[in-house]
Amino acid sequence: MDTGPTKDGLLHTSDYLRYGRQMILDGFGLEGQVKLQRSSVVVVGAGGLGCPALQYLAAAGVGRIGIIDHDKVELSNLQRQILHSEQTIGQQKARSAAEAIQRTNSNVQVNPVTEMLNPLNAISLLQSYDVILDCTDNAPTRYLLSDTAVRLGKPLVSGAAQKYEGQLYIYNLGKDGPCYRCIFPKPPASQTAGTCEETGILGVVTGIIGNMQALETIKLITGLHDGNATLLLFSAIGSPAFRTIKLRARKPTCPACGQGEMSHIIEETDYITFCGGARPNWLEQGLMTGSPGERISVEDLRREMDVQEGYLLIDVRPRTEFGICHLSGSKSIPLSELLAEPAVYLPTNHSTKIFVLCRLGNDSQIAAQALRDLDPSLDVRDVVGGLRAWSQHIDPQFPIY
Amino acid sequence: MSTITVKVEFGGGLELLFGNKRVHSISLPSSVPTDGTIAPSNSETPPPAKSDDPPLPINGPIRDLTNGPGEAKTKPLDVQYLMHYLRTRLLTERPELFMEGDTVRPGILVLINDTDWELEGEGAYEISDGDDIVFISTLHGG
Repeated sequence: MDTGPTKDGLLHTSDYLRYGRQMILDGFGLEGQVKLQRSSVVVVGAGGLGCPALQYLAAAGVGRIGIIDHDKVELSNLQRQILHSEQTIGQQKARSAAEAIQRTNSNVQVNPVTEMLNPLNAISLLQSYDVILDCTDNAPTRYLLSDTAVRLGKPLVSGAAQKYEGQLYIYNLGKDGPCYRCIFPKPPASQTAGTCEETGILGVVTGIIGNMQALETIKLITGLHDGNATLLLFSAIGSPAFRTIKLRARKPTCPACGQGEMSHIIEETDYITFCGGARPNWLEQGLMTGSPGERISVEDLRREMDVQEGYLLIDVRPRTEFGICHLSGSKSIPLSELLAEPAVYLPTNHSTKIFVLCRLGNDSQIAAQALRDLDPSLDVRDVVGGLRAWSQHIDPQFPIY
Repeated sequence: MSTITVKVEFGGGLELLFGNKRVHSISLPSSVPTDGTIAPSNSETPPPAKSDDPPLPINGPIRDLTNGPGEAKTKPLDVQYLMHYLRTRLLTERPELFMEGDTVRPGILVLINDTDWELEGEGAYEISDGDDIVFISTLHGG
């Protein structure tokens, strides 16, 4: 919608109606709207956090919005990535999100980028924007974004969410605000950084944190922010649900933002190695054949189940996942319980064949080994590819989640 | 000797290492050994396997340590002692995901009464009755 600028040239005539509800707020006013209109924001990650953040930034009238995401829309995204739809499955997320926010506000200039953010392009992709939003899902990109925000001297509004919990930081804020490295100088072991696919996420939780990122960004642009670096913690099942934490100041010794010499150069840093290497590909690892006699294919498992009476089929997924779907005749023994006391679960007849399975075929290997360690003469085999393979090769009606 | 009751909360997945329980109320002696030793678990004071609600008995080993001859060095209860106590007595699995060396592992933030522990002296912070101490793992998902 373009009705032409008003005489002062600050806003279009229709903008007074569109944004009037926020413009009449004390502390916001025409000035706040003009600041938003003249501002630019880049959102890195158009997923669970990025979608709600983008939605509100566009609706509020931010003048120029960049969207960086190299991923494509999948069905399992739609539960929380609310700008995407059944119609955009398979499309680039950056484009799907760009189209969605243009439908809401065609006056916003939107720049979708489908390249993956990396140490070589980060500066050039981010430097033209006033505020950077970290809506990513992994530690290496979070360090890269923090280092780049420090280099460019821009605030970084960083969100994260997992399960029922969310966290919101603003890094590199003003003169004293800490960067990500000030607070987390050493990256955590990659084994401690689960993904939404592995650990689960309630869609509304990413929605709350993504909305908070948009809110803090609007406050920074319009001058409503008090300039103090805080951490906001949210827990959907905690009491209180929100708590605000006072954070340390910038560290003089920080290798990224401190007074000392830079210990690393962004363009020459391998952030994935810095964070302990690439995330394991659990799907591929679960399909490895393993040593002879230690694993069984889903086809052979089916034959054993058809002919064999005396077998024990152990499902080591957490009970909640067992409750979603399981093979009939399988027994639920979650991995942690089995590893704590494997001997308890051995069949009384030691010649009974034991089959172990899980979601993708990784935890089942650990469980099977624990049982073999008890008694090497036991016939214990775990299922290659787990229930995912069962669904793909034996029973397409068996759900994949 | 007096006791101090402290509220300990775990978040960001750390609760899984502590019996999947987020909030714990823990009573500890106000004076503890300086060398970081936690009262050894023995028949007199069996370590609570999962439930932490009954306060740790403060008779027995701790009193022996504090009042014993020679090595009887004590200090006021601090966060350093609390971390070792949590690892020794409350943690149910994978201690390496909670501590590394003498402090919390990278990626864990400690909050003392809603303030970053670095502003409060980190491990040396002396715990007062009623303090609220949060151990939270940084999240990466999005």
